[in-house]
Amino acid sequence: MTGGIHIEGLTKRYGEGDTAVDALKGVDMKVAPGEVVGLIGPSGSGKSTLLKCLGAVIEPTAGRMTLGDQVIYDNGWKIRDLRELRRDRIGFVFQAPYLIPFLDVTDNVALLPMLAGVPNAEARKRALDLLTALDVHHRAKAMPSQLSGGEQQRVAIARGLVNRPPVILADEPTAPLDSERALAVIRILNDMARQFETAIIVVTHDEKIIPTFKRIYHIRDGVTHEEAGDGRGFE
Amino acid sequence: MISLAGRDILHAWGKFVFTGIGLGLLIGVTLTMAGVYRGMVDDAKVLLDNSRAQLWVVQKDTLGPYAEPSSIYDDAWRGIRGMNGVARAANVTYLTMQVVHASGDVRAMVTGITMDGPGTPGWPPYLVAGRQITRSHYEAVADITTGFKLGDSIQIRRNQYTVVGLTRRMVSSSGDPMVFIPLKDAQEAQFLKDNDAVREQRRRTAANPAFNRPGAPDLLDAMSASQSTNPYVNTVLVQVTQGYQPQDVAESIRRWKRLQVYDRAQMEAILIGKLIATSARQIGMFLVILAIVSAAIVAFIIYTLTLGKIREIAVLKLIGTKNRTIAGMILQQALALGVIGFVVGKITATLWAPIFPKYVLLVPRDSASGFVAVMVICVLASLIAIRAALKVDPAEAVGG
Repeated sequence: MTGGIHIEGLTKRYGEGDTAVDALKGVDMKVAPGEVVGLIGPSGSGKSTLLKCLGAVIEPTAGRMTLGDQVIYDNGWKIRDLRELRRDRIGFVFQAPYLIPFLDVTDNVALLPMLAGVPNAEARKRALDLLTALDVHHRAKAMPSQLSGGEQQRVAIARGLVNRPPVILADEPTAPLDSERALAVIRILNDMARQFETAIIVVTHDEKIIPTFKRIYHIRDGVTHEEAGDGRGFE
Repeated sequence: MISLAGRDILHAWGKFVFTGIGLGLLIGVTLTMAGVYRGMVDDAKVLLDNSRAQLWVVQKDTLGPYAEPSSIYDDAWRGIRGMNGVARAANVTYLTMQVVHASGDVRAMVTGITMDGPGTPGWPPYLVAGRQITRSHYEAVADITTGFKLGDSIQIRRNQYTVVGLTRRMVSSSGDPMVFIPLKDAQEAQFLKDNDAVREQRRRTAANPAFNRPGAPDLLDAMSASQSTNPYVNTVLVQVTQGYQPQDVAESIRRWKRLQVYDRAQMEAILIGKLIATSARQIGMFLVILAIVSAAIVAFIIYTLTLGKIREIAVLKLIGTKNRTIAGMILQQALALGVIGFVVGKITATLWAPIFPKYVLLVPRDSASGFVAVMVICVLASLIAIRAALKVDPAEAVGG
């Protein structure tokens, strides 16, 4: 596999000695470029810990993770600049959009490439192209507080995609939305995954969207089990 | 790269502007306090400048006539006037008191001047209305801040004086306006007693057998007369002949007249270094306290603003924003707040300085120093907020 994300035997232990807690116990996961997979599990199952490890926010205790051909973690070893990795190679979409309230829609999306050193004009063009693809370009100059929930989530998706990361981590992206808008968001994620060859992992509890995944990872007590999903709806 | 700080300020400009105004008023008070000190120093210098003297001859071993009481005989000036290098010499008395006016009492420094005509040391150098004193009694020239008008009648001790001229920036070292009257009147006013006190003094003198001898009937009259006159003045102001060094003339007066003589630099050192030194320290303490309060306020405001953006900061860190960028955003906001505060403070201090009862002198150097101090305070105050922001865990942006 030349793209996508691949983890093997990922473990994460919090604390030491008698109080140590194993949040992840040898998780395996493989998501190909252009694929959207679901990650579901009850509260306390290790979903958030896995998401933070995948997002290079916290470091796993052991295991290996590769992003495309790049090794990120390998049994205690890690690449030097996780911040740069998050900026350039991982996209995030959160349950709440968490748009920067003092930047307009275009600059919320363009901020990432700007942080990576892309000239402002080029970054804004990239942002506008994505906003057009997500059909929210007509709100390009609006402030986040002026957008509907669905529009905010589409802007957040655009922000996650703007640096063309090989992987996007979406944490409960449809939780605040009604069925129609939730399905619209998942449709957009599928379209974007195909269009940009991006591997997308969607953490969700949302019964409405679970049937849309072709593959689902269940996580319970820090261990994942893979199963085929219905995958209906977006073929 | 866009300015995150600038965008945040524009987004919440009302909060920033009102906070800046609040801070500005505090800075305005700080600048005004500095102005009050500068005003005191300027008042002291103006007092010396306007006397047009180069030497002050006062009682030996005193710091007179402004910082300590000084009495010298009112005929001492004749001997001084006759010395080499002395161009003009004139007696002057100073008496700080309440001057009674129809509209109420006014605290003023009553100055007795020798009636040798304009240009004499001690005279007001210029008038803004009316004329100089021309009669030997009961005329006055007053500083305009007394509120007196030409033709007004004012009472000094028991005597009425007519205001015939008005002058400007003639104040004592403590900022009280000056009222000029003829020297003889001022000498009388310094020791003038009420009628009961005069009668009592005469009775006591008559009761003293040393002064009321049967064989010397004129002695009692002479004693009573000497007790009701004042042969003293506070200082003799001296102008030096061109070509002579004031220090040389001063040394000559010290040696031959056995009096204390101060030149301009020494007198300025006495006024600023001794007379207003305590006030200066008092104001200095206020400035330090105000600086600390300003720093605390800026720190609190910036810290509160930063805590209000914790989630956004976590998102910024998660998406790869450098700590440097986040720290820069907070620092720029603190500096922007300082700039707004300084501009507001400078404007308010300039607007309200003229309505202070005493002279407030706002000098550009203090403004420049104040600006630098505000910027330094803002930088220091932002450090707490920056520390809080840098401790934000990007994981906070990820659920769970």
